[in-house]
Amino acid sequence: MDQKEPLVEVKNLKKHYKDSSRSLFKRNQSVVKAVDNVSFTIEEGETFGLVGESGSGKSTIGRSILRLTDITDGEILYKGKSVHQLSKQELREHRKSFQFVFQDPFSSLNPRIRIGDAIGEALLDHGLATKKEIREKVLEVLNLCGLAPYHIDRFPHEFSGGQRQRIGIARAIIMDPEFIVADEPVSGLDVSIQAQIINLFSDLQEKKQLTYLFISHDLSVVEHIATRVGVLYLGTLMELGSRDEIYENPLHPYTKSLLSAIPIPDPTVKRERIVLQGDVPNPANPPTGCKFHTRCPFAREKCKTIVPEFKEVEANHFVACHLV
Amino acid sequence: MEETTVQTEHMAKYRKSNLWKQVFRRLVKNKMAMTGLGFLIFIFVFCMIGPFFSPYANGGVDAININQPPSAEHWLGTDALGRDVLTRLMEAGRISLTVGLGAMVMSVFIGTLLGVLAGFYQGIVDQIIMRTADVLMTIPGLPLLFIMAAVMSEWKVPAENRLYIVMVMLSIVGWSGLARLVRSQILSLREREYMHATESLGLRDRRKLFVHLLPNIVPLLIVVGTLSVGGAILSESVLSYFGLGVVPPTASWGNMINAANSLIDFQNRPWLWIPPGVAIFLTVISINLLGDGLRDAIDPKMKSR
Repeated sequence: MDQKEPLVEVKNLKKHYKDSSRSLFKRNQSVVKAVDNVSFTIEEGETFGLVGESGSGKSTIGRSILRLTDITDGEILYKGKSVHQLSKQELREHRKSFQFVFQDPFSSLNPRIRIGDAIGEALLDHGLATKKEIREKVLEVLNLCGLAPYHIDRFPHEFSGGQRQRIGIARAIIMDPEFIVADEPVSGLDVSIQAQIINLFSDLQEKKQLTYLFISHDLSVVEHIATRVGVLYLGTLMELGSRDEIYENPLHPYTKSLLSAIPIPDPTVKRERIVLQGDVPNPANPPTGCKFHTRCPFAREKCKTIVPEFKEVEANHFVACHLV
Repeated sequence: MEETTVQTEHMAKYRKSNLWKQVFRRLVKNKMAMTGLGFLIFIFVFCMIGPFFSPYANGGVDAININQPPSAEHWLGTDALGRDVLTRLMEAGRISLTVGLGAMVMSVFIGTLLGVLAGFYQGIVDQIIMRTADVLMTIPGLPLLFIMAAVMSEWKVPAENRLYIVMVMLSIVGWSGLARLVRSQILSLREREYMHATESLGLRDRRKLFVHLLPNIVPLLIVVGTLSVGGAILSESVLSYFGLGVVPPTASWGNMINAANSLIDFQNRPWLWIPPGVAIFLTVISINLLGDGLRDAIDPKMKSR
């Protein structure tokens, strides 16, 4: 099991955004480190959950892996090949095997294109099937994603948010990809629909042997679907481990506080809550040492100066904290 | 299963023209736009079919009946060569409308092509195209047209082909504004999430441009195109009035108004210059009404009133 080569390998990924707003009198170039030295691997067949608050770099990591955005430094290997060094032609070939599901089901569909065409166009453009075969295939995928055959000639505005997200998923899986990055696919939906979409993701994974990178800010959503979880804070991984490890035995204070904030729908349950003080620091000017020390209830002197090492505390459970 | 396919077919037919049907329905409700459209149809029929019913077609010169006021034989009188003004008005309309439509088609084509390329590829392509457009925009249109007309007069183009030269000139002057509009639209469209989706699907540029981007700017093109026909007709009239556009003996509304240049004609023979003036006025205002109506119909949110 351990010898198997990972499907995706992210090595020391860095993505910096330069703010080059220069005025005549002032010349300050602030650099926002959206993703700062992140490394992890995704094994075939697993669902890797990536959690963090807004602006922690979750989406940037997802987009970088599929090369929808350029990276500043580091390397991303997909089946051993460096994604960001592929030629245009090789990249086009690779696009067949990894796909993206977008966050906003409303803006991710072109309002002027019938959904049948939207789902099938990738097959057409890559020359993988004839028009007739494509229609068959689209109907099959619609069915797989819980949509009706007569939906095929409708326009996006005739669908609800949940249905649109199903369309987005159908568009992604029609190419029979192996790997799907789902960027907050349920955060735009209400709770009852969220459950349906998550179940759809699980069903498809079973049927098609898919591997997911599932990005979310909602820990309870990730708990349902992920097999391993990475916790991001200000562009840096704080903790990484199997789902059970993270949820049963969180080691990083940030993870602990996040988990204690999940509402439990039972008023009789009493528990200790860790309420963080203050706001997320400005990513253009992140704290020195451990990035979390400004809000950490257990911070010590050491945390302010020394960046904690991302170390393996237990088997396959990594934490970046001086206290562990 | 059989039933579902039947249903699918039925739905397909019903849905096919849905978006444009809505636009049409809204347009029909707009009285001003429909008045404009009505006038335009009338003018078209008048110019295209009218000359067939005229006994004075093809510029028959009649030396005996020069400068006659309107009468039963010549409803709008005759000009200095004894030609029937009504017939000339209709023939001139053909030329003016052709120039207007032709110049619009050409400038929309050039403007869209360059605007899309600039917005989509950005970088150096964008710089070259947009700086060229900037240069064109810094020069006032009319003097530029005069210079071009003067240069092109050197080429000794036969009078009946002058209208094509005028079309080309007008489209060279006219594309830059549209190119900017199209470029800015493309710049905003390309950042939409569905464009990121086409990227992640690995679609070719051709498909991104023609299937995803272009259909989204068609409403803009229809509105701007319609409105620019009026402008082109006006510019052609101005040029022809100065003798730099369509030149006699080919008639255009502009060179017919030229008659007003002479004080005697202006004071004593209003039938020479009022009809072409009214024709231009009515045509341009109808086109503008229709254009405004189309804009409101295509995007009801843009309604300013």
